[in-house]
Amino acid sequence: MKILVCISKVPDTTSKISFKDGNKKFEEAGVQWIINPYDEWYALVRAIELKEKDPSTIVHLITVGGADTEPIIRKALALGGDEAIRVNAVSDDSFYVAAQIAEIARQGSYDLVFTGKETIDYNASSIGGMVSELLDAPYISLATKFELDGTTATITREIEGGEETAEVSLPVVVSCAKGVAEQRIPNMRGIMAARTRPLKIVEPAAIETLTQVASYELPPAKAGVKLVAADNVAELVRLLHEEAKAI
Amino acid sequence: MSVLILIDHADGHIKKSSFEALTYGADLAKQLGTTAAGLLLGTVNDDLPALGKYGITTVQHVNNESLNNLDAQVYAKTIAEAVTATGADVIVISHNQTGKAVAPRLSARLKAGLVAGAIALPDTSNGFVVKKTVFSGKAFANIGITSAVKIISLNPNSYKTVAGEGTAEVKELAVTVDAPKVKITNVNKVKGEVPLTEAEVVVSGGRGLKGPENWGMIEDLAHVLHAATACSRPVADTHWRPHHEHVGQTGIQIAPNLYIAIGISGAIQHLAGVNRSKTIVVINKDAEAPFFKAADYGIVGDAFEVVPKLTEEIKKLKGV
Repeated sequence: MKILVCISKVPDTTSKISFKDGNKKFEEAGVQWIINPYDEWYALVRAIELKEKDPSTIVHLITVGGADTEPIIRKALALGGDEAIRVNAVSDDSFYVAAQIAEIARQGSYDLVFTGKETIDYNASSIGGMVSELLDAPYISLATKFELDGTTATITREIEGGEETAEVSLPVVVSCAKGVAEQRIPNMRGIMAARTRPLKIVEPAAIETLTQVASYELPPAKAGVKLVAADNVAELVRLLHEEAKAI
Repeated sequence: MSVLILIDHADGHIKKSSFEALTYGADLAKQLGTTAAGLLLGTVNDDLPALGKYGITTVQHVNNESLNNLDAQVYAKTIAEAVTATGADVIVISHNQTGKAVAPRLSARLKAGLVAGAIALPDTSNGFVVKKTVFSGKAFANIGITSAVKIISLNPNSYKTVAGEGTAEVKELAVTVDAPKVKITNVNKVKGEVPLTEAEVVVSGGRGLKGPENWGMIEDLAHVLHAATACSRPVADTHWRPHHEHVGQTGIQIAPNLYIAIGISGAIQHLAGVNRSKTIVVINKDAEAPFFKAADYGIVGDAFEVVPKLTEEIKKLKGV
């Protein structure tokens, strides 16, 4: 069993978001970088659990990014994984990134490709679906449970107002949401081991891009909260009806 | 050149988010000087010609029951064939659970650039630039699609449905449909409730409600507002409420017209899931709760007193 886990470097959830160069670039100064939470808590931890259950399982991590993503990938390796691959390219085009991952996935003949359900920076929820199409493999998105029995995966996924369970034969690409696994904290042994695990650097394949960021903008500032006294609930209803036109 | 809009459905009915997508696609076709068609995969009980009222001229129908279950691989291939058959060059899909599975596959298949989570019509004055939310609702990006064929997945609740007059012509579309590789074995769905991602009004409760036995007043308020109910992460984690009600960064992200947060402090992870709501009301006894900073209206007070009064006042307003 070979599993490939996609890892993305993102600004910490609590980061203040701002832009530079005429709103064309994300301001990276002062930003704390983390592993995309869905990649870490759910995709990576589930892959590690599968390896713990069957030690012959091989878990590889992949990221597409510059040298500055290496601290993040080492952090991921501290949780687990046999080896990491960094495709040495920087792009904000989902198709370009997905095609690089698909290239590695194809060469490595992985049985399972795990991604997080989306990254918390671009929120596109696109990489898993694109990789699956490029591999001509089935895709289960927004998984909340993942079980494996031989070469059959039983996967529960989010649907509107509930969930459904699906069975599919490997290979399969899965985007992981809450429920697939529980967050783990790396221990000292893992952190030490991560230093010596191989991190391969691969040059990117020649792939076209399909989109480009023209500019960013921040939402207009909120006017500030209008407080209504607790004994005057009727006034809140009036405001919601007449001013906000929300009811 | 034309616009093709995926008509998404569940349990025999077209989803509300698809009416938004149809309106958006028809408006986009007008902007581009072309026509818009809907694409229905599978079978529904709804009136298809009536979809013309959203501005589309045609419904292309792949009448095959196996498409009533979502297998993203089969969907992407079928839609790609429909795109070829109709000559469409812009495809609009809702950025809901179906769209998140299908749109990226279609993008890779057609080498068509995708803007996932669009919130407005594209700016076509210089290229084809679509606005979408990024950084979990904390900013927007304007993204140019540079490929010939373009895909937009539209955030639910971000484009207003407009129904006018008109009848669409329904055409059976003969395309090959592969056998699904994904076998659905079980569906667990709450019947008769408004799905969270489609709800115009959401009433949400947090730890401040002290226990699951106190959710009656949340449900009463939701009922008079025809709202969906939601909850914060600790509430779902302690199993006071089911996980599919959890809104926030790790839960479901929503953008209703009105979000009423009761007994929720407003951690940044919670805000990431609800900050695209048009109007936010916060009811919390702690005046220092960070949620008040992100709110439009607020009441500092005891939820157990305020919420039943609010329900009564809304009943008065609605005359029920």
